[in-house]
Amino acid sequence: MSQSRYDCIVIGGGHNGLVCAATLARDGRSVLVLEAATQVGGAAVTREFSAGFRVSAGAHLLHLMPAELIRDLKLESHGLTWAAQRMPTTALVPGGTPLAVTPSATGSDSGAHTAYTARMRRFAQALVPLLGKVPPRLGTTDWSDRLALLRMGWQIRKLGRRDMRELLRIGGMNVYDLLQDEFESDALKGALGFDAVLGTNFGPRSPGTVLTLLYRLAAEFAGGERALSQPQGGMGALCEALAKSATSLGVTLRTASPVAKILVEGDKAAGVALESGERIAASTVISSADPKTTFLKLLGAPHLDTGFVRRVHHVRSRGLAAKLHLALDRAPTFAGVDAAALRGRLLLAPSLQYLERAYNHSKYGEFSAAPAMEITVPTANDATLAPAGRHVLSAIVQYAPYALKGGWESQRASFTDLCLDTLEGVAPGLRGSVVAAELLTPIDMEREFRMEGGHWHHGDLAFDQFFFVRPVPGAAQHRTPMPGLFLCGAGCHPGGGVMGVAGRNAAQQVLKSGSTP
Amino acid sequence: MNTPTIPVPHFKQPLLQTPFHARARELSQVDSFIPWAGYTTVDVFTTMEQEYFAIRNATTLYDLTPMVKYRIAGPDALGYLNRLVSRDLAKLKPDRVAYCVWCNDAGHLVDDGTVFRLGADEYRLCTADRQIDWLLDSAIGFDVKIEEITEQIAALSMQGPTSCAVLKNAGLLGLDLLKPFDIGRFTLAGCPIVVSRTGFTGDLGYELWMAPEAAEAIWDALMAAGRSRGIRAIGSQALNIARLEAGFLSPHVDFVSAEHTIRTGRDRSPLELGLSWLVDFEKGHFNGRRALLAERERGPRRQLVGLDIEGNKPAHNSLLYTGPKGNREIGSISSAAWSPTCKRNIALAMVDAPHFQIGSIVWAEIYMNRELVWERRMSRAEVVERPFFAPSRRRATPPGEF
Repeated sequence: MSQSRYDCIVIGGGHNGLVCAATLARDGRSVLVLEAATQVGGAAVTREFSAGFRVSAGAHLLHLMPAELIRDLKLESHGLTWAAQRMPTTALVPGGTPLAVTPSATGSDSGAHTAYTARMRRFAQALVPLLGKVPPRLGTTDWSDRLALLRMGWQIRKLGRRDMRELLRIGGMNVYDLLQDEFESDALKGALGFDAVLGTNFGPRSPGTVLTLLYRLAAEFAGGERALSQPQGGMGALCEALAKSATSLGVTLRTASPVAKILVEGDKAAGVALESGERIAASTVISSADPKTTFLKLLGAPHLDTGFVRRVHHVRSRGLAAKLHLALDRAPTFAGVDAAALRGRLLLAPSLQYLERAYNHSKYGEFSAAPAMEITVPTANDATLAPAGRHVLSAIVQYAPYALKGGWESQRASFTDLCLDTLEGVAPGLRGSVVAAELLTPIDMEREFRMEGGHWHHGDLAFDQFFFVRPVPGAAQHRTPMPGLFLCGAGCHPGGGVMGVAGRNAAQQVLKSGSTP
Repeated sequence: MNTPTIPVPHFKQPLLQTPFHARARELSQVDSFIPWAGYTTVDVFTTMEQEYFAIRNATTLYDLTPMVKYRIAGPDALGYLNRLVSRDLAKLKPDRVAYCVWCNDAGHLVDDGTVFRLGADEYRLCTADRQIDWLLDSAIGFDVKIEEITEQIAALSMQGPTSCAVLKNAGLLGLDLLKPFDIGRFTLAGCPIVVSRTGFTGDLGYELWMAPEAAEAIWDALMAAGRSRGIRAIGSQALNIARLEAGFLSPHVDFVSAEHTIRTGRDRSPLELGLSWLVDFEKGHFNGRRALLAERERGPRRQLVGLDIEGNKPAHNSLLYTGPKGNREIGSISSAAWSPTCKRNIALAMVDAPHFQIGSIVWAEIYMNRELVWERRMSRAEVVERPFFAPSRRRATPPGEF
């Protein structure tokens, strides 16, 4: 800790920051990770929300982190174990029978569902290489960029004439139309459509929602056979394993060390100043904070050009997803949901219409009158998260807009109440078992996890904020206009979700740029 | 609103009138008005030649009101402007003016203009085009307030060798102490007036800034005071010849703002426009600095130069070639005129490397319409220093009594 000069400083000890730091350290760089909170993990933490009840504060399922990344950083030998893998998905239907979202159980849609799943898997597979790599730059004469573009084209061409045509046909469509063409069952369409809009600023009828769905599927594909899984001890356990891996590779971790400024000397990043006033020098600074925080708050617009600042300023990064945590005095019972399904993922989006209506409210700065939810009961797989016999329910709730008309302070209780009512509709009696409830709105996430707008992708995943223009042109290859400053967070390609790819790719760019220690 | 209240709705009166409009209307003999930045302004009052010679031999009044003006004030005003423009404005003292250019991220010109430092934290930016979007986006991260004040200030440009004498005659005591780019505060016709020793003619001259309500009184006082020294109202045509002799760039003519170009490669950097003296790489970061450094490193591909062309036919819009046969095209002319004062056929042209060196010979393809018969002539042109005309009186302080 006495050291005051490092090769690299990583701002933020979330999963991307840790992956980046570990990758750099493995290549022999001296690396310091500075985390503002008192524990590492960023939004991927497990924390106590009521005496004795713990829950993953952000994402509650791990399904996007590439298997090879988990292998490379030896996370399993650093303590990562699985409470559940290959978790099933069930669509809840208020007043109806739940539907297992698997082709064998979807009745008259079964055939279409099988074909759809296989086709989407082929598309996802074609997109995997695109997802895992640093995007090429457009309009350059650089051969590596041209080759990367050619390779992309080849990946899609390789699908064959029929599939390629289909991918190009649906690529820009909305998920509503796509699913409407394919299926009969409202519950199935709602459940499949929900994955396209989970964590995004979209309703199922918004253009570009097939893209977000393909994107998620491609990431899941890269995640490998484990599919939807739950780390033992919650998402925080993953980051603890990452931290151990990083430390074993020589990374220095400092918590409770919020960064106030990125220092610049001679038009080059030269280190950071902490809020405490301490200054630490480094030849390379890598920020896992969101682009707005990194550029406008930590670096400062005066060091950047107007056009670039304008683009960063315009990044759409207002979150619409809230997180609901319930402490329960007994196991919850969802109507028609058996014990096996309860250990999986429960989706409350009984139809596409329901989802679209839920989204409508958010357009006007209101929360959904009938919100959609992704529900898990982490304690069904992992008893360590609650006192014996008690349970935790964790739900991602949409839509809860960041800029709520009238503000969240006065409406937090009424939205929590609305969520409980909504849950009561599919889990009669749940209300009576609630010991404590916590609602994390985008405002809370912004405050707690220091992400602008409380958006867990650090910026909407949409065509204009995607791939080679993510987060903005001029910073889409992890390099920034400021020499020596790199981005490694969810604001970069391939975006949020507990994936770690941005962190790994950023580290590779730092190493490639040859910035010498 | 400084414009007279007109009973017609705005959509039937798309051009505004300046506070000097009534006076201009009275003096206009050929009814030649043109639109400029949303105002109707005079192109020619009598004849272009008469007005031009008044600039070089007497004194002239030119209505500058449509010049777009922004007030930039606040604790970060200097930091803001220094990030915006490529010159080091930390060196600009209060009551001084600096000619500046500003660039986009790629180091290409957004516009040029003058920055007036009116107080410790208060500046005025005068430009040809409205660009509040660029100015406001540039303000992200700065504690600064920016507002357009074009309509709140009436402006006259008073240029010519007798301008100082006329202003003194009108009662502006101490005016002769103003050095080029100084700002002074005076009273004229009972109205406060701000005078800057600036202009677009490369000659002795001043620009006068006043409240719109004072505009007519000041115009009348100046006309009365200047009668014996040949004062004359001029339009844009005459001014354009004078500015070309002075080697000044005209926006939309000699460069197109990078915010307006559509085709790639049409943007111009200050280095290409021969304005590297306005770029201070040592002052810290400014818009386009990284791109301009890279451009300086690889050397300019083309440059704006002055040309002295044989013959007396202005080489309007001519293409330029390496030889009289016109086999290899190396540039084109953006402004051209016969200079009555220099007695030279002059032009501003964008010329490819390496032909932009002083002394290089290029060939201009000039088309002449002789009673509806077109003739083409290849004229020899030499790359020469700018400005073409730079009399010592433009800098002398105090100015001579002409």
